[in-house]
Amino acid sequence: MAQGQEKRQRDSVIDENLKKVYEDMLDQEVPDRFLELLSQLKDQDEKSGKTGREADE
Amino acid sequence: MSADPRDEIVEHLPALRAFALSLTRNGSLADDMVQDALVKAWTKIHTFEPGTNMRAWLFTILRNTYYSNRRKAGREVGDADGLLTETLSEKPAHDGRLQMADFMRAFQKLNDEQREALVLVGASGFSYEEAAGMCNVAVGTIKSRTNRARARLAELLHLSDDEAFELTDQATLAVVSGNKPATAR
Repeated sequence: MAQGQEKRQRDSVIDENLKKVYEDMLDQEVPDRFLELLSQLKDQDEKSGKTGREADE
Repeated sequence: MSADPRDEIVEHLPALRAFALSLTRNGSLADDMVQDALVKAWTKIHTFEPGTNMRAWLFTILRNTYYSNRRKAGREVGDADGLLTETLSEKPAHDGRLQMADFMRAFQKLNDEQREALVLVGASGFSYEEAAGMCNVAVGTIKSRTNRARARLAELLHLSDDEAFELTDQATLAVVSGNKPATAR
């Protein structure tokens, strides 16, 4: 019983640290290259007249 | 003109990068992988089922990219910086205090499958079932990977010592003690 509690406490310490690390990563600004990439992909499709649904093979 | 589900991709960029970083442990590799995944997602959008979880779909594409690179390389691909081989802090006496840097180092020592399971379930908030679907393994496999990952972290961080629960990082302390700092969500 006591062991289970210890493990839960240990796991919650680990998960809270993990969440904090993950949140820090989420807070990082997204580099412009990705936004540019998405807009390039979109432009390409518009030029070739394709939409997402029609891109079906 | 109907809404293009691809317009939603941009909202998941921070999460994709975070997941990529936790898999590769290397910033530039992570971003290259995100780029590959974005192009794949864009061109394979017809495989996305509208109404399902787009983040899970994107994460699946990203991890497939990672594991296919790993297969090609014949080893874990994220170790270019030698992060994995870096030894855990050699500070003299272990004073029972957990620093974020120590936590990061320990996390980086987990194997791919363990890091992945922990990030999906422990950090990103996916259910065991969702994570199992994304990793294409049984639910029990995800559960045992997260359990083993936590046990390994505890071992690396000497969390079995009673005093180890005393954290020095202020934000972490606040989180653990239940005084959650205000977050955006």
